[in-house]
Amino acid sequence: MNPVNYLYLAALLFTIGASGVLIRRNAIVVFMCIELMLNACNLTLVTFSRMHGNLDGQILAFFTMVVAAAEVVVGLAIIVSLFRSRHSASVDDASLMKL
Amino acid sequence: MENLIALLVAAPLLGAAVLLCGGRRLDRSGHWIGTLLAAASFVIGAVLFTDMLGKGADDRALHQKLFSWIPVEGFQADVAFQLDQLSMTFVLLITGVGTLIHIYSIGYMEHDERRRRFFGFLNLFLAAMLLLVLADNYLLLYAGWEGVGLASYLLIGFWQHKPSAATAAKKAFLVNRVGDIGLSIAIMLMFTTFGTFAFGPVLGATGDASEGKLTAIGLMLLLAACGKSAQVPLQSWLGDAMEGPTPVSALIHAATMVTAGVYLIVRSGVIFNAAPDAQLVVAIVGAVTLLFGAIVGCAKDDIKKALAGSTMSQIGYMVLAAGLGPIGYVFAIMHLVTHGFFKAGLFLGAGSVMHGMNDEVDMRRYGGLRTYMPVTFVTFGLGYLAIIGFPGLSGFFSKDKIIEAAFAKGGTEGWILGSVALLGAAITAFYMTRVMLMTFFGQKRWQPDAEGREPHPHESPKSMTIPMIVLAFGSVFAGGFFSIGDRFLHWLEPVTGHDHGDAPISATTVTAATMVVLVIGVAVAWSVYGRKPVPAVAPRGSLLTRAARRDLLQDDFNHVVLVRGGEHLTRSLVYVDHTLVDGVVNGTAASMGGLSGRLRKLQNGYARTYAVSMFGGTAVLIAATLLMRAV
Amino acid sequence: MSFPLLTATAALPAIGAVVTAAVPAGRRTAAKWTALFFSLGTLVLAGLVFARFEPGGDRYQLTESHAWIKDFGVRYDLGVDGIGVALLGLTALLMPFILLAGWHDADPSPDSRPESGGGDTGGARPYRWRPTQGFFALILMVEAMVILSFEATDVFLFYILFEAMLIPMYFLIGGFGDRAHAGTDDNAAAQRSYAAVKFLLYNLAGGLIMLAAVIGLYVVAGSFSLAEIAEARANGSLEMAGSTEKWLFLGFFFAFAVKAPLWPLHTWLPNAMGEATAPVAVLITAIVDKVGTFAMLRYCLQLFPDASKWATPVIVVLALVSIIYGALLAVGQRDIKRLIAYASISHFGFIVLGIFAMTSQGQSGATLYMVNHGISTAALMLVAGFLITRRGSRLIADYGGVQKVAPVLAGTFLIGGLATLSLPGLAPFVSEFLVLVGAFSAYPAAGIIATVGIVLAALYVLVLYQRTMTGPVKESVRAMPDLRVRELAVVVPLIALLLFLGVFPKPVADVVNPAVQHTMQDVQKKDPQPEVEAAK
Repeated sequence: MNPVNYLYLAALLFTIGASGVLIRRNAIVVFMCIELMLNACNLTLVTFSRMHGNLDGQILAFFTMVVAAAEVVVGLAIIVSLFRSRHSASVDDASLMKL
Repeated sequence: MENLIALLVAAPLLGAAVLLCGGRRLDRSGHWIGTLLAAASFVIGAVLFTDMLGKGADDRALHQKLFSWIPVEGFQADVAFQLDQLSMTFVLLITGVGTLIHIYSIGYMEHDERRRRFFGFLNLFLAAMLLLVLADNYLLLYAGWEGVGLASYLLIGFWQHKPSAATAAKKAFLVNRVGDIGLSIAIMLMFTTFGTFAFGPVLGATGDASEGKLTAIGLMLLLAACGKSAQVPLQSWLGDAMEGPTPVSALIHAATMVTAGVYLIVRSGVIFNAAPDAQLVVAIVGAVTLLFGAIVGCAKDDIKKALAGSTMSQIGYMVLAAGLGPIGYVFAIMHLVTHGFFKAGLFLGAGSVMHGMNDEVDMRRYGGLRTYMPVTFVTFGLGYLAIIGFPGLSGFFSKDKIIEAAFAKGGTEGWILGSVALLGAAITAFYMTRVMLMTFFGQKRWQPDAEGREPHPHESPKSMTIPMIVLAFGSVFAGGFFSIGDRFLHWLEPVTGHDHGDAPISATTVTAATMVVLVIGVAVAWSVYGRKPVPAVAPRGSLLTRAARRDLLQDDFNHVVLVRGGEHLTRSLVYVDHTLVDGVVNGTAASMGGLSGRLRKLQNGYARTYAVSMFGGTAVLIAATLLMRAV
Repeated sequence: MSFPLLTATAALPAIGAVVTAAVPAGRRTAAKWTALFFSLGTLVLAGLVFARFEPGGDRYQLTESHAWIKDFGVRYDLGVDGIGVALLGLTALLMPFILLAGWHDADPSPDSRPESGGGDTGGARPYRWRPTQGFFALILMVEAMVILSFEATDVFLFYILFEAMLIPMYFLIGGFGDRAHAGTDDNAAAQRSYAAVKFLLYNLAGGLIMLAAVIGLYVVAGSFSLAEIAEARANGSLEMAGSTEKWLFLGFFFAFAVKAPLWPLHTWLPNAMGEATAPVAVLITAIVDKVGTFAMLRYCLQLFPDASKWATPVIVVLALVSIIYGALLAVGQRDIKRLIAYASISHFGFIVLGIFAMTSQGQSGATLYMVNHGISTAALMLVAGFLITRRGSRLIADYGGVQKVAPVLAGTFLIGGLATLSLPGLAPFVSEFLVLVGAFSAYPAAGIIATVGIVLAALYVLVLYQRTMTGPVKESVRAMPDLRVRELAVVVPLIALLLFLGVFPKPVADVVNPAVQHTMQDVQKKDPQPEVEAAK
C-alpha cells in the first residue's frame, strides 16, 4: 500500500483533533483531541521513517509518547482539581488569567 | 593723588553696606553716617579738584587701575578709574548736590520708620553714579549705569506699600533696561570693531573704523542715553518716578542720574563726530524731547509731575546741545550743572511745600503760600527765575548758549533746531510761571485731605531750608561764574574739544529773541493763571491739554501695544507650552497607552482563543515557508 | 601612587549616603548632621582639588586610571580640566546649603498619612519609616554621582553615571514633594508622581539614544577613552565618515539637550521643579542639569568637532528660542517655582549659546555661567522655598506686602532676583555679558536677539517681586516670621559669593580659561579679529 495514504490519514486525524480543541468546551474532550493530534503526528513520524528508510522518526515517536503520557498525568490532575473547585470541566469557565 | 579716586566711590559704598546690613541698631544714627560719608566723598572730590587746578590743562587726567575685573582670552575688562575735567565736574556736582540732599532728607524723612534704609539707598546711588562717571571703560560705566538704575528702582519704590510706587519703580527699571540693551550692544560693537572698550583705545582709534560701524555704535549709545535720560521715545518712566520721596526726585530724577545720558554722549563725542548721521539723530531726539517735556509740563496739575516734564525738557536741551557736536558739548555740560542747581532747588522747594501741606501735590489745592513759607518762596522763586533764563541768573547763561549753538550749527538744520530751542524757552517760561503762580500766589485753595486733616502750611525745619538756600545761591551765581572769561569752556575744552561754528545771526540777536519769547511766555501764563482765580477743579481743556495730561498718550500707547500685547503673547505661549510642546510628548504617551489597551483586549483568557492564534500563526508560518520555497 | 583625590571626592558623599541611610529611625537629627558633615568633608576635598589644580598645567590633572571591564575596554579613568574643577567646586559648594535649606523638608509631618507616589510605607508603620534618612542619603548619592560624572574621562563610565543619577533624583522628586502645592491635597500626590515619571521618561529617552551613540562610538573608535579618541581625532588617525560623525553627535547632543534642558525638550523641568521641594529643585537645576551643558562642552565638541560646527546654526537658533521663550513663559507663570524653572530654561539657553558660539569669550562665559547660575538660582530658589514654607502656597497671588513684615526675607529675595536678571556687581552679569559678547562676535544677530532676554529677565523678576513683596500687606502673610538663623546661614554665604564673583571673578576665570583654549583648539576655531587694531 502507498505510504502516502497514511499521511492523508494523519492529516485528517490532526484536523479532527485541532477542530476539537477549538470547538469543544469540555476539558476532557479537549484533552482527548490534543492526544489525537499528538498521535496524528506520531503516525506522520512513523510514516516518514518508513518512507526515508531510517529509524529517526520512530525513535522520535517514542519520545512523543513519553511526553504525551507525562502530559496526561499533569493535565488530568489539573482538570480534576479544576473540577473539584468549580464543579465544571468547561475550559471557558477557567478564564481568570485575563486582566 | 590718583589713589584717592577709588575712595570717592568707596566712601558712599561703605555707607550703603553699613546702613543696609547694619540692622535696627543703626536706626538712630544711620542718617548721620550716610550724610557723613556723602560729605566725605565731596571733600575728597574737592581735594582732587584743587590738585587738578594746580596742573596744566592737558595733563589733568588721572588714572587708577585697581584690578583686572574679567580676565578672559581676548577680553580684558579692568576695574580702573579715569578722572579728567569732565568726570571732575560730575564728581563735584554729584557729591555736592548729593550731600545737600542728604542733609535735606534728614528733616524730610524724619518720621519715616525706614529712614536708615533710605539713606543706605541714597549712598548706594552716589556710589553707582560716581562709578559711572569715573569708569575708564564702557563696561565699568555699564556697571555704574545699571547700578544707578537699581538705586533709582529702590528709591522710586521706597514706599513699597503703595502699589503705584511699586509699579512706577518697576516701570522705571524696565524702560531703563530697554535703553541698557543699547549700551550693551554698543559695547559689543566696540569689542568686535576695536577689540576693546576702554575709553582711551576706543576713542583714539575711532578714525580707523568704518562710518557704518560708528553710526551703529552712536545710535546704540543714543538708545542707552534715551533710556537713562528720559528722552523720547523712552521718556515715559520719568513722570511716574515722582512716586518716590521728593529728595529722590531732586537728586536722581532731576540733578544727576537723568543727566547720565548726556555724559555718555559727550564722553563718546569722538564717535559721534565721526558719525554725523548719528549725531543728527541725537540733536533731533533732543529737540523733540525738549518740546515734548515742555508741553507735558504745561498741563500737569501735580507739582512734581510738572517739574518732571520740565526736567525732561531741560535734558532735551542738553541732548540737543550734545547733538550739535563740538559746538555744543561744553554748553550741554554747563547747562547740566546749572540745571543741577536750580532743578534740585525747585524740587526741594516742592518737597518743602508738600511737607507743609500734608503731602498734597495738586497745585490746584495750593495758592497763596508765599506768606506761609517765605524761605521756600524765595528759594523756589530764584530757581524759577534761573530756569526760565532771567537775565543774570544761571539758566540765562547756559540756555542762551545752547540756543546760540543750535543756530550756529548752520544750514536748515541750524534754523530748525534753533527755532525749536527758542520755542522751548517760551514754553518753559509759560509752564514755570504757571507753577509759580498756582503755588505761591492767588487765593488759598486748600482742602482737607482724604483723612479730613486741614493743612496748616508752615515753613520747613532748618535741615531742609539750608540746602535750599545753598542751591538757590548756585542757581543765581553759577552761570555767571562759569561764563566770566569763558571759564567753563576753557576748563572742559581739553576733554570735549570746542568749535565756535558759524552763527547766521549774532549772539545779541539770539539773546534779544530769547528775552522776547521769555516775556511772551510769562505774560501768557500771567493772563491765564495770574489775573483770574485758578479753578480748584481742572477744566476739561483742549484736546492737546488733555493729551498732555496723559503724557501725550505715550502711556496709552505703551499699555495697548506693549502691556496688552505682551500679556496676550505670554498667555498664548503658556497655552502653547502646555498643549503643543507638552502635548506632543503626552500625546505620544497617550497613543501608546491607547494602543496597548486595545491589544490587551486580545488576551481574553479563553484557552481556545489562544489556540486559534497558535494554529493561525503556525499556518501563516508554513504558508510563508512554502511561498518562499516556491519563489 | 599618589592619593586618589578625585575618587575620594566622589566616594566621600557616597559613603555619607550609606552612613546616613543607616542611622536608626528615631534619630532624625543625627542623620541630618551626618549628611551635613559628609557634605562639608566633600567641600574640603573639593577645595583640595581646586588648590592642587594648576591652571597652566596639563589638560587633565589628578588623573587616575584603572581597568574596569577589560573585554570592552571600559576603564575607570578620572581626571579634571578647568571646566570640571569649576563645576566640581560648584557642586561641593552648594551641597551643604541644599542640605541645610532642606533641614525640615523630610520631617514626617504631624498629620502624616500614607503617601502614594512616594515609595515609602506611610504612617501606618512609623517605626520603620525613615524618610529623613532617605532624603538626605539620596541627596548625597546624587552628589557622589554628579561629582564622578564631572571627573570621568571614560565615555562609558560617564554614560553610566549620567543615567544612574536619574534613580535617586526620581525618588527625590516623587517621594518628597513640596508640601505647599497649587492644587488640592488629593491631586498633589498625582501631580508629583506625574512630574517624577515625566522627569524619568524624558531623561531615560535621552539616555537611551545616547547609549546607542556610545556603542556606535565604540564600534567606530574601538575605545571608550575620551583622551584616546580625542587624540586620534586630532592627529587624523581616526577618520570618521561625515554622516557617522553627525549621527553620533546627534545621539550625544539629544541626551544633553534633554538634560540641559533646551527648547523644545524642556517641559519636564517646570513640572519637576514645581513639585519637588525647593532644595531638590535647586539640586535639579543648579547641579544635575549642569551635567548636560558640561557634557556638551566636553563630549560633543571634543569628540565630534566637525559635526558640532555643522549643527551650530540650528543649535544657536534653539538656544535663542530657549532664551526668549523661557523668559516669556516665566512672565506668564502664576506659580513661583515654575516661574524660576522657566527662568532657568532661559538661562540654559544662554549657556548653550555661549558654548556653540565657539569663541573664547562665549565658552569661558558659558562655563562661568554654569557656576554663577548655580549660585544665583540656589539663592533665589531657596529663599522662595523659605517663603513658600511659611505661607504654604506656591501661587504668586497668595502673597503681597511681605516686604513690610519680613524685610530681610524680601531683601534677600530681591538680591537673588537681581542676580537672576544679571545686575552688574553680581556674578551672573560677568558670565552673561561674556556669552553675549562671544555670541555677538560670531553671530551678531544672535547676540542682539539674546539681549532682548535681558529685558525680559528684568520683567519676570520685578513682576514677581512686586506681586509678592510690595503693596498692601495681605492678611494671610501678616504673621509671617522673618528669616531664621538656619535660613540666614544658607542665604548669606550665597549672596556673599554672588557679590564676590561679580566683582572679582578672576579665581574661577583663571581656572576655566586654559580649558576653554583647549576646547577651542579641538574645534579648530579662532576668535574673530577686531576690525581695527586699537592702540592698547
